[in-house]
Amino acid sequence: MSARHPAPKQLQPTSFAFSAANEAEIKKIIAKYPAGRQASAVMPLLDLAQRQHDNWVPLAAIEHIATLLGMPYIRVLEVATFYTMYNLAPVGRNFIQVCTTTPCWLRGSDQVLDACRSSLGIGPGETTKDGQFTVIEVECLGACVNAPMAQIGDDFYEDLDTASTTKLIEALKRGETPKAGPQSGRRSSEPLSGLTTLNAGGGGE
Amino acid sequence: MLQDKDRIFTNLYGHHDWKLAGAKSRGDWDNTKAILDLGPEGIVDVMKKSSLRGRGGAGFPTGLKWSFMPKQSDGRPSYLVVNADEGEPGTCKDRDMMRHDPHKLVEGCLIAGFAMRAVAAYIYIRGEFIQEAKHLQFAIDEAYAAGLIGKNACGSGFDFDVFVHRGAGAYICGEETALIQSLEGKKGQPRLKPPFPANVGVWGCPTTVNNVESIAVAPTILRRGAEWFTSLGRPNNTGTKVFCISGHVNNPCNVEEEMGVPLKELIERHAGGVRGGWDNLLAIIPGGSSVPLLPKSICDTVLMDFDSLREVKSGLGTAAVIVMDKSTDIVRAIARLSKFYKHESCGQCTPCREGTGWMWRVMERLVEGKAEPREIDMLLEVTYQIEGHTICALGDAAAWPIQGLIRHFRPEIERRIEARRSVAVPAMAAE
Repeated sequence: MSARHPAPKQLQPTSFAFSAANEAEIKKIIAKYPAGRQASAVMPLLDLAQRQHDNWVPLAAIEHIATLLGMPYIRVLEVATFYTMYNLAPVGRNFIQVCTTTPCWLRGSDQVLDACRSSLGIGPGETTKDGQFTVIEVECLGACVNAPMAQIGDDFYEDLDTASTTKLIEALKRGETPKAGPQSGRRSSEPLSGLTTLNAGGGGE
Repeated sequence: MLQDKDRIFTNLYGHHDWKLAGAKSRGDWDNTKAILDLGPEGIVDVMKKSSLRGRGGAGFPTGLKWSFMPKQSDGRPSYLVVNADEGEPGTCKDRDMMRHDPHKLVEGCLIAGFAMRAVAAYIYIRGEFIQEAKHLQFAIDEAYAAGLIGKNACGSGFDFDVFVHRGAGAYICGEETALIQSLEGKKGQPRLKPPFPANVGVWGCPTTVNNVESIAVAPTILRRGAEWFTSLGRPNNTGTKVFCISGHVNNPCNVEEEMGVPLKELIERHAGGVRGGWDNLLAIIPGGSSVPLLPKSICDTVLMDFDSLREVKSGLGTAAVIVMDKSTDIVRAIARLSKFYKHESCGQCTPCREGTGWMWRVMERLVEGKAEPREIDMLLEVTYQIEGHTICALGDAAAWPIQGLIRHFRPEIERRIEARRSVAVPAMAAE
């Protein structure tokens, strides 16, 4: 199990409310589930709260969602602490999640972490002093044939090595959004050296 | 060797338009009404005859699974739930299907939902697949706008909704009952079976949970016929399969191949071979992190399908092939998987919650050789104590990689312990 705890009291805001745009979005989300089953919306609502609140979910949001959905507070809290994508404490503006599970590790996820370390001066689980970057180690993100990879914000950056990781971080430092996807030159999950299938007219030969 | 004309996922790499117009040009949504006109029994019959086995890992016959759904409603609606919580280390096939061929899945949802008399499909996609979920939602919106799903779907008179539900980073939600719990807004902790989901699933209603690939291949099977599908592969292991080849190969890739393709051929033809040549191969995990690894001697000849891999005490799983060459610290590779299972255990059953951590800590010591030789057997014994003693298969999945390691690489573990001992024993003074 991964033990996860809410941020300390001094970091917690005293109240939380969804924006008007999110209020409208919430109505649409709840409508996806059968009547009376609005508890099913708890995960999308936690996600909305996190996106609205600098990429972390404060306890006030958990309380607010519990009220909105008519759920006991503890039920929402246990969902928020169970699922690892909900950040329960502040994270850096650039949230870098480096996959280090075996398929990524085999292809050099250690070098990706090292590149983060040397470019940012922080190791996994740490945030830079200026609050711009957080690096964490995560379990398999499901892009194994493009290993090693990292998720930054909402995007996957794949086929990484020391040089490309460093380049990505430098671009982020300049406030740019680097192009997502494989950094090796291929488009997605096809073989880098050229297609062996689906090559118009060819028959897998 | 599979020809392109027999490939189902013709836009696997996203080199073509993934939206509705592109999907239609590749044959998706082509007279879907004619398929629905077969009726639920007719569709299930074709699926049964195709011998399609579930592509999510367990390999349960898909047509049979659909047939378990109630033919007559007792007042409760039925649901199709698509398991798109792809998270088994090594596996990244559903991702490509959803971002590059989403209409195959949406059309499959309609057909499967119709065949099991469901009112709606919920596609539970892992939370990290944010871009993939956007593509999928876009495709669903296109399908609604074109009258392909929704009221009177494809002019069939059948009403059917499709929804996307995003997860939030829990491997365990790939287990069907945990997924159902999660869809209900709870922690993803598996439920005891029975009752099976076909009787009591999401919101207490009859539910079938299918993998993305199982659903996405259904329209093509129904268009081309069960005979076409069974002409590929071997009996009981029919059709095509998307393989994910990762690790120490020259060109890691996803590729759709025929079931039963020899492992060596798969790697050499599509992944550019093992780094440093086939003789540089140490071991392969053939079906995602949960299945036991195979040493090179077995990899030389084994075929990639359910029954062949079971015969060598491993499994096809999700067909995620993780290749490790001779430079690999094999004990560390498996220890890292143990850490994964420790992290992902939901904490509900004691053997798994406590056992995954215990096994990981022993594995970490074995990496360094900091153990007694007898601890190898003790670890093996503990894996058997966990296996089969938990509500879901995560306990088994945590046990199997270690069993595979000890089965095939015990001498390597012993060598490390011995090497550590010879260093650790303090040198005796001569006098």
